[in-house]
Amino acid sequence: MKINANGYTAKKLNIMIGRSNDESIEIEGVIGQRYIGTALSGKILEIEGAPGNALGAFLDGAKIELFGNAQEATGDTMNAGEIVIHGNAGDATGYAMRGGEIFIEGDVGYRCGIHMKAYRGNSPAIVIGGKAGSFLGEYQAGGTIVVLGDGRAGGAVAGYFCGTGMHGGEIWLRSQDAPAALPEQVKTERVKGVPSNVEMLIKKWCAKFGKEAINYTGDEFLKLSPDDANPYKRLYTPN
Amino acid sequence: MKVRYILPAFEVLRDESKCVNCRLCERECANGVHSFDSERGRMIANDAKCVDCHRCVCTCPTGALKIAETKDVYRSNANWSRAAIDEIYRQAESGGVLLSSMGNPDTYPEFWNRLLINASQVTNPPIDPLREPMETQVRLGSGRVKIERDENGRLKTALPPQLELQVPVMFSAMSYGSVSYNVHAALARAAKELGIYYNTGEGGLHRDLYGYGDHTIVQVASGRFGVFREYLDAAAAIEIKMGQGAKPGIGGHLPAAKITPAVARTRMIPEGSDAISPAPHHDIYSIEDLRQLVMSVKEATGCRKPVIVKVAAVHNIEAIASGIARSGADVIAIDGFRGGTGAAPTRIRDNVGIPVELALARVDDRLREEGVRDNVSIVVGGSIRSSADMLKAIALGADACYIGTAALISLGCHLCRSCHTGICNWGIATQIPDLVARLDPDEGARRLVNLVTAWKHELEEMMGCMGINSVEALRGNRLMLRGIGMTESELRLLGVKPAGESM
Amino acid sequence: MLKEGQYRNPSGCAVSAVIDRSGKPMSGRRMIDSIAVMHERSNGLGGGFAGYGIYPDHKELYAFHLFFDDRLTRKNTEEYILRHFEIAYSSEIQTRKLPTVTDEPIIWRYFLAPLPRKLADSHLDEREYVARCVNFINARIGGAYVFSSGKNMGVFKGVGYPEDIGEFYRLDEYEGYSWTCHGRYPTNTPGWWGGAHPFGLLDCTIVHNGEISSYDANRRYIEMFGYKCTLRTDTEVMAYIIDYLVRKMGLTLREVAKVMAPSFWKTIATKSEEEQREEIFLRKAFPSLLVTGPFSVVVGYEGGIMALNDRLKLRSTVCAEKGDLAFVASEESAIRRIEPQLDKVWAPAGGEPVVFELHDKEASK
Repeated sequence: MKINANGYTAKKLNIMIGRSNDESIEIEGVIGQRYIGTALSGKILEIEGAPGNALGAFLDGAKIELFGNAQEATGDTMNAGEIVIHGNAGDATGYAMRGGEIFIEGDVGYRCGIHMKAYRGNSPAIVIGGKAGSFLGEYQAGGTIVVLGDGRAGGAVAGYFCGTGMHGGEIWLRSQDAPAALPEQVKTERVKGVPSNVEMLIKKWCAKFGKEAINYTGDEFLKLSPDDANPYKRLYTPN
Repeated sequence: MKVRYILPAFEVLRDESKCVNCRLCERECANGVHSFDSERGRMIANDAKCVDCHRCVCTCPTGALKIAETKDVYRSNANWSRAAIDEIYRQAESGGVLLSSMGNPDTYPEFWNRLLINASQVTNPPIDPLREPMETQVRLGSGRVKIERDENGRLKTALPPQLELQVPVMFSAMSYGSVSYNVHAALARAAKELGIYYNTGEGGLHRDLYGYGDHTIVQVASGRFGVFREYLDAAAAIEIKMGQGAKPGIGGHLPAAKITPAVARTRMIPEGSDAISPAPHHDIYSIEDLRQLVMSVKEATGCRKPVIVKVAAVHNIEAIASGIARSGADVIAIDGFRGGTGAAPTRIRDNVGIPVELALARVDDRLREEGVRDNVSIVVGGSIRSSADMLKAIALGADACYIGTAALISLGCHLCRSCHTGICNWGIATQIPDLVARLDPDEGARRLVNLVTAWKHELEEMMGCMGINSVEALRGNRLMLRGIGMTESELRLLGVKPAGESM
Repeated sequence: MLKEGQYRNPSGCAVSAVIDRSGKPMSGRRMIDSIAVMHERSNGLGGGFAGYGIYPDHKELYAFHLFFDDRLTRKNTEEYILRHFEIAYSSEIQTRKLPTVTDEPIIWRYFLAPLPRKLADSHLDEREYVARCVNFINARIGGAYVFSSGKNMGVFKGVGYPEDIGEFYRLDEYEGYSWTCHGRYPTNTPGWWGGAHPFGLLDCTIVHNGEISSYDANRRYIEMFGYKCTLRTDTEVMAYIIDYLVRKMGLTLREVAKVMAPSFWKTIATKSEEEQREEIFLRKAFPSLLVTGPFSVVVGYEGGIMALNDRLKLRSTVCAEKGDLAFVASEESAIRRIEPQLDKVWAPAGGEPVVFELHDKEASK
């Protein structure tokens, strides 16, 4: 099925998507409609245009491929599925996601992957082709964030306060320079080449955006991980 | 030499003539206060460990125990209370942020007790609720309608989704993790039997309680614990928690010690790791962002369920509520500064926020001034202690009340305010299996049903005495209230006349 | 002295109403005779009448009846009126001096047509335009009060027993197809004539017996929609509720009755599916307009009258028919006094609206 979104509200679009018997749906002419594909499962959406915020919020297994830039809160509280963005993504991308994967060709805004968490077999992942804004992986409690810094000559590939409040999961930065103002509880390791799970993510990203994995996977990475799953336990005293 | 700076606040008094050395108190007290001194052949107590939860007193088969406030005193000082001094000792020792539980216990003024209720005499009749019909049902949700007719002139009767309550009261949000599974099970069973709702709090919904979904409000908080499609689908309504009366403006922090395998499964997080709720929702930094989350929750549930937005009563609550009323939300829940918590920094709990009575009155006024009161229902919580408080809240303008502390007290809580320790001898604020087992969910449900049923009867009595037979006609009916012992500005803010002033 | 509106003044009362459904005019004398029977239900502190079809020669014009405290106020008010209306005809209302009716204000009548240009500029429909002008005078011009503002109808009221008020206004000289009337038993001493009943807005008038306990819930709700309850009487708030539901929301009077005096939920559950659908909707849609406490009202409007009791039926109401004539009153005796032989007499159930309308409603226009 192919839908021209021109003139449709987000609500109408979601109803059309829900009612369609086709597994694969192309939507073109999207301009500002929010909440597209909310809580969707079992479908494949190909979207062209400039969708509004909360694209694929609560996503539950569907695949969304966007040809264009995503705005804020993409994949908010995503449970399962895949979001591929041929462009940049805005702030709070992948907020509180606990499953599924988000692949971004370009950059992401502030607070990407904030409060993402692993849960049993689920380990969410975000792969960012370009660079990330500040507060990447804030409160991260699980899952994997990879920032490739594609096309950058050097310097940090994430902004300030990366991993603040992080208490689980991993952040992989393809860079030799640590982001500024890393919090105390985050430990950094320099790693040449990546482990297989990260390699797999990078390969998937490359396949989606027509890149050669070999150009990335052998490079030097900075691995960020928390040194304590209970970062605040000494902060409080019973009264 | 080890000096103890903080001395026990309580003394365990044991009547030796009644004590039979059965050692039940020893088994009942998980704080380890009681022990048997085999040398002397009698029970002894370590006062320093006592939190005054009264479990031992209530279970002692011979009535041999009493807990008293210590007679030991610091030199009296009207400015430096014992608590203020002890808190400094604690911080000097630990360097920690003081952590407390349950609602703000300080001596701030409160207003429920300064509001008096009207009764009918002569000019119109009181109604006898035992014999005349009395309606305590309320509906929560947006009531904004346009009158439209079909081609035959019949009214089109579609309305936004609403919750129907048989009594204008619900059990407020208490997360699984902060309270035990048995508490949730009791709340769920009671809510179903009473035709009301309980609220999961932010800790997800245990698999075994999905069957009570029609009487469940699920919460979406900043940590998004346990939030996924089935969770949203299972519920009757969804509450977006922006704030909590006991700790406005800060998040939550469930220590790993309380995260048992079942709690982790329900929250959908790994075991052994703290569950941290950020202070804000990080997709909401402004009122239009709230609309975004409200609408995306609605989209996720096919717009079939009302969305509640819960906020703490703070200085600017009027404007906040006005924004929420235009966000697409169906219900605003306002939590006053006396509201309870499983753990909050003491300073926040005791100093941040405003009384719910004032917040409610101002919000109701503001929404009416702006003509948007119909967009939303208002639910208030934060220390509704009796049916009289509930009635006064409705007369001030609320549609219904949330009760949390009152519900826990009915389950046995003695307000010892030690929830943050994870040890609760009543099986409420704990995950320790032996303690949890002390609370029988069926017995708990029975007590909750009794409490709310009694409040319903009392509400009917009070409504009847003022000549009202439907809660609708009580809502916002401030002429039925008079203030006593209040300042002019308090009366103005509450929109009530002083006692003694006529209609 | 505090005026009505500066305090709340609960009242007990008597009501009576008659309509000739063939549209044949009858003298106001009948109503005077009817209400006089229920003398005991009033206490001499308020009475009033509304007559419909009484100004056939000016039926295209809004008939305003006003009280003025003094001549200067009248002058100022007329300046305001002239800025918004063309005055087709105006005069002092002719009254009969009676020893029992004293301290009357200056009472004038104006037949008005809205200035077309002003009306167009206001972007309001004509009735809303007129209603707002009435509200302006009543709320903003101290000492002036519009107590009647419909077309081809008029309210006549004052402080005194209703039968005396009828004589005072010489209602025997007016003829209308329907009349409603009210005798008041207030619990305060109102010195002000504006506080008497009927209360009217445009052609809708209301007379009411009882004291409602939902007053402030109803008032605070209806004030969201631009109404200002300046008199603080039950009658006023009920008139606004009816005006809002009928004129602004588009409900029928029978539907209005289901909002103001709905069946209990338990009762609704026993009704037919279609009735349930409608009644549940109306209760859910307008919960704050449920009126509780004792009331019996008669609503007068162009072409008809409606009687409605509270749902517990805490006040008495009797309805009757005789040929084209239909009656509503607090007591049967008030009806028998003017029509001894009736075809049918019945007491309507609580919350059950009784509507009597002209056979040919168009003819009333």
